[in-house]
Amino acid sequence: MAKTARKAKDDGLLLDIRDLKIEATIYPPGEDPRQVTIVDGVSLQLKRGKVLGLIGESGAGKSTIGLASMGYGRGGVRITGGEVIVNGRDILKGGIPGLRTLRGREVCYVAQSAAAAFNPAHQLMDQVVEAAVRHGTLTRAEAAKRAVELFKKLGLPNPETIGKRYPHQVSGGQLQRVMTAMALCSDPDLIVFDEPTTALDVTTQIDVLAAIKDAIRDFGVAALYITHDLAVVAQVSDEIMVLRHGKMVEHGETEQIIHRPRQDYTKALVSVRSIVHEEKKPSPEPLLKVDNITAAYGGSAGVKVLKDVSVELHPGQTLAVVGESGSGKSTLARVITGLLPPIEGSVRFAGRTLSRALAQRSKDDLRELQMIYQMADVAMNPRQTVATIIGRPLEFYFGMRGAERDRRVVELLDEIEMGAKFLDRYPAELSGGQKQRVCIARALAAKPKLIICDEVTSALDPLVADGILKLLLNLQKIENVAYLFITHDLATVKAIADSIAVMYRGEVVRYGPKSTVLAPPFDAYTDLLLSSVPAMEIGWLENAIKGRRMQSAGN
Amino acid sequence: MLKLSRIPASAAIGIVLTAAFVFAAVFAPWIAPYGEGEIVGSLWQPFSAQHVLGTDNLGRDLLSRMIYGARTTLFIAALATALSFTMGSIVGFTAAVVGGWIDQVMSRLVDLLMSIPTLIFALVVLSVLPANTLTLVLVMGVLDSTRVYRLARAVAVDINVMDFVEAAKLRGEGRGWIIFREILPNALSPLVAELGLRFIFAVLFLSALSFLGLGVQPPEADWGGMVKENKEGIVFGIPAALIPAAAIALLAISVNLVADWILNRTTDLKGGRGNG
Repeated sequence: MAKTARKAKDDGLLLDIRDLKIEATIYPPGEDPRQVTIVDGVSLQLKRGKVLGLIGESGAGKSTIGLASMGYGRGGVRITGGEVIVNGRDILKGGIPGLRTLRGREVCYVAQSAAAAFNPAHQLMDQVVEAAVRHGTLTRAEAAKRAVELFKKLGLPNPETIGKRYPHQVSGGQLQRVMTAMALCSDPDLIVFDEPTTALDVTTQIDVLAAIKDAIRDFGVAALYITHDLAVVAQVSDEIMVLRHGKMVEHGETEQIIHRPRQDYTKALVSVRSIVHEEKKPSPEPLLKVDNITAAYGGSAGVKVLKDVSVELHPGQTLAVVGESGSGKSTLARVITGLLPPIEGSVRFAGRTLSRALAQRSKDDLRELQMIYQMADVAMNPRQTVATIIGRPLEFYFGMRGAERDRRVVELLDEIEMGAKFLDRYPAELSGGQKQRVCIARALAAKPKLIICDEVTSALDPLVADGILKLLLNLQKIENVAYLFITHDLATVKAIADSIAVMYRGEVVRYGPKSTVLAPPFDAYTDLLLSSVPAMEIGWLENAIKGRRMQSAGN
Repeated sequence: MLKLSRIPASAAIGIVLTAAFVFAAVFAPWIAPYGEGEIVGSLWQPFSAQHVLGTDNLGRDLLSRMIYGARTTLFIAALATALSFTMGSIVGFTAAVVGGWIDQVMSRLVDLLMSIPTLIFALVVLSVLPANTLTLVLVMGVLDSTRVYRLARAVAVDINVMDFVEAAKLRGEGRGWIIFREILPNALSPLVAELGLRFIFAVLFLSALSFLGLGVQPPEADWGGMVKENKEGIVFGIPAALIPAAAIALLAISVNLVADWILNRTTDLKGGRGNG
C-alpha cells in the first residue's frame, strides 16, 4: 500500500542531493584534533530507474556520499551542510524515526566486502528477508518467496536451498549476489552499490556485474554505483560523476565521460595504463629456473596446490604469473622463497640449486631473492620507522652502521621518489602508494637479483598503481633486477611483462613470451581471462558474456 | 608530547594515589613516625593525634606499620610480577615463534601447572621451603608466569603470521630479532593491561599467603599479615584490620586506573606514536 502511494507521486526525481557538505574530526598524531572536510559542495540528482556511477580514487569521498544518501555517517563523520532529498523529503531533517523508515526500505546498501558484511552466525535467508519483514512490507513467507525469485534472477545455483546456507558456505561472487538480493528484497527505490565487485576476480566480477545490471533493469530500481574502476562503471551506469578530494570534477553521460572527457583528471583516469614496455629477448642463461615443482599444503598427502610447474626467468626481465585466486600463484612464490618446501622438483637460482627449506639457505640466497607483498600496511612493522625498515637489510646483509647506513637509506628514498623527510615516519603515517614504495626500497636495499612481487598493485588506486609500475620498470632499468610478478590483472601484465605464465588450478596452462601468449589462438582459459578484463567501452559486458567459452572456477 | 592537561581525571587520580603508595614504600624509614616493630602504647588504641591510625594488637603504631607494610608488600609484589612477566612473555613468545613440538611440550607443562589451584600449590611449596623473601618471590613469580605465558603466546601467534614477520624471516633474521624487535613492540598493549592486573593479583596473593601465615613472617609488617594480626579486633568494634584491607583495595583500583589509561594510549596497532 505504502509502496503504491510512493510510486504514485512519481515526478521522476528520486534522489536530490544539494550542496552536500560532510566533515569529520581527525586526531593527527602529535597535533591537536582538527576538522577536515570530506565532501564539499557536491550536488547530484538521480531519476527513477537510472544508474549514476560515482568514481574516484580512495579518499575522494565517494562512499561517504553513497552513505549520505541513507543519512549515515561512518565513524565520527558528520553531515554538516546541504540537503539530501529522497522521495520528496529531506531525510536529514526527519530525525532518527525518519531514517528508520528510509533505510532498508526506500534505500538499500550493498557493501564492498560481502564476506565481512554478512553475519556468519545466521543463515543467508534470515538476513536477506530481515529488512522486508522488519518494515512490515512483506510477511516472512512472502519475503522468502521473493528472495528465492531474486536468487533465480541473479543466477545463483540452487535458488530454493541456498538460503539455508551460512555465509562461509558460498563463494565470494555468490555472496555478493546474495547481498544484491538482500538489497532488492524489500523492493527499494534506490540501491547504493559500494564497490561490489572490487574484491572479486575478473572472471567472477563479470558474472556479478551482469547479474547486477539485469536486476537493476528488470526491477526498475535506481542505483548509485561506487567504484574506482572506470571500465566497470561504464558497463552499468547511465551517467558518471568523477570525484576528487571531496569535490566534483566532472559529471556527464557515460558515453561523454569515456570518449570525450573534459577535465585533465578524467583524461588521466581514462588513459591510465598507458605504459609502453618493449618485450626483451630471453638470455642464454636463465636467472631462475623452476623445474617440475609439485607442492601441497598439509604434507605430501595433502591437497596438491601446484602440479608439475616449470617456468624460467631471465636476468633483468619480468615474468608475470597470471590466474584467478586459488590458482596457485602465491603458492609458487612461497615455494621459490622456501617458505613451503616442495614435494617434487627443484628451484635453480643464479646458477645454484636452492635448498628446499628456508632455514638451510645461505645469507646470499636470501639477499638476492627479495619479496614485495600485496598489503603494504601489514608487510611493515607498525612500530618501526621508515629509517629502521629500510635500514635493517643494510645492517643485516652489508653490516652498514650509523652515518653510512643513513646515507644509503636516503639514497634509496630518493630512488623511490620520496626523499629524506620520510625517515621518521611510521607506516601508519604514509599513504597506500607511499607504503608500497617503502616496501620496494626495503627490497632494493638488499641489492637483489630477483624480486617477487605478489599482487603489489591490486590494493591501490589505478593512478597510484600506475606510478608504482612505472617506478618498478624504471628501477629494473637502473638495477637490472628481475621481477616475478604475480597478478590477476591482465592490464598490468600487458604493461610490464616480458614473458607470461597463465595458471589454472595449480597448473601452468599457457607459458611463453608475452607476444606469443597474448596472441591467438587462445586456449579456453586464457580466452576467459582475457575476455573478462573490462574494456572501457559501452556494451562490452554483453558482448563478453555472449562470447564466453567456459565458466570461471568460481573460487 | 605528553601534555598534563590531556590526562583524563581517572588516570590522574590513579597516578596520584599510586605515586603516594610508592613514595611511602620507598621512604618508609623517614616518614614513618615510629619504628616497624616498636611497641609504643597499649593495644588497640583508638585514633589520636599521637597515633593517627591507632595501635595494633601488640600496641605498635598502626600508621608506621602500614607504611612499612607498603614497602614489603609492593616490593615483593613488584619483584614477583617482574619475574613472571620476563619469564612468561619470553617463553611464550619463543613457543609461538618456534612452534611445533617445543610449543606443545611447553604449553602442556603450563597447563599442568595451571591445573593445580595456585593457592594450594603455593601453600604446599612454601611449607617445605625456607620462609624468606627470595622463595616467596620465586614461587609467586613462577606460578603467575603461567598466566602471562598463555597471554603472550596467544598474542604472539597472531602477530607471527603477519607479513612483516614473514618478511623478517625471509630476510634471514634470527629468533632474537623476531621476538624482541618484531613481536614484542606489537604485543606490548595487551601485556601492559595484563601487567596492571597481575601486579594487583600478586598483592592479593601475597596478602592471602601472609594471612594464612606462610607469606611475610612477623615481626616484619605486610598488609595481609596485618589483617590477620588484627582480625580479632573486629569482634570488639576495632577497625585496625580494616585499614590494611582498605589499603589493598585502594592500591588495586589506582594501579588499574593507570594501566587502563596506558592501555588506551598504546592499543592503536596502526599508529606508531599512539594518540592522546
